[in-house]
Amino acid sequence: MDEKRKDHPTDPAREAAFKAELVALIPHLRAFARTLAGDPTSADDLAQDAMMKAWDARQSYQMGTNMKAWTFMILRNQFYSEKRRSWRQTQLDQEAAERTLVAVDDPEAPVALDELRLGLYMLPAEQREALILVGAGGFAYEEAAEICGCAVGTVKSRVSRARRALQGILEAGNYKRDGASASDAMRAILEDAERLSALR
Amino acid sequence: MSTRGGDDVGKTSAGKMIEQRHSDVRRKSDPSLDEARLRQQAIGVKLRQMFDQVVNEPVPDEFLEILKRADARKSGQD
Repeated sequence: MDEKRKDHPTDPAREAAFKAELVALIPHLRAFARTLAGDPTSADDLAQDAMMKAWDARQSYQMGTNMKAWTFMILRNQFYSEKRRSWRQTQLDQEAAERTLVAVDDPEAPVALDELRLGLYMLPAEQREALILVGAGGFAYEEAAEICGCAVGTVKSRVSRARRALQGILEAGNYKRDGASASDAMRAILEDAERLSALR
Repeated sequence: MSTRGGDDVGKTSAGKMIEQRHSDVRRKSDPSLDEARLRQQAIGVKLRQMFDQVVNEPVPDEFLEILKRADARKSGQD
């Protein structure tokens, strides 16, 4: 009797466990949303929508499976369904990148990070998300493939193309930023990475 | 990887590139490959840093309030 109740989707203990796990994932959902939506406000809207969609679908979630991947998939689907609704937004990737860049006008802000963000937005969306999921989100290729709804091999090739393209962008400087040259961007990134690894 | 000056090394493309750039005597393996790897690693570090920066931000209260309201609404119906 007890066993049966524990497995039941509406069991209060299960709901509490689900909620706790979901709350712990909010920072990650926000970070993923920021990389998709660009500006922080619409990113948080997206993350909130995804969080509520996950909450509403909690009974269909199988406890003990990968909730992070499950919620990221929900967030991604939410993003693309919204995008389809307003076709205009397909034009806005570049603008969003520039807005983000302008928003960080603090001369003390880490320059290399902005350059990287801008470079990311110049990649095709599917390459960008693959690189972020694997390179920053800590997902295995298999998990990223599940999130994006494509084959593992596709994710692998997207990630490797994204890596090459991003390096090319950062080195060639196909963008403008207060007259700073591209070699400065790559140099800043290299210096920063060196400093970070020295701290470890 | 660490074999130095072996005959077989010279036949690989990496070996050829070392010959082309042999002025860089500090490195045993292909310097251009090392450089590319270094740059990819640096980009990887920055990428994680960019992501983690948002992860480490405090979560706006709104998130928890929305969830709390949804939870209360559900309990109210029971």
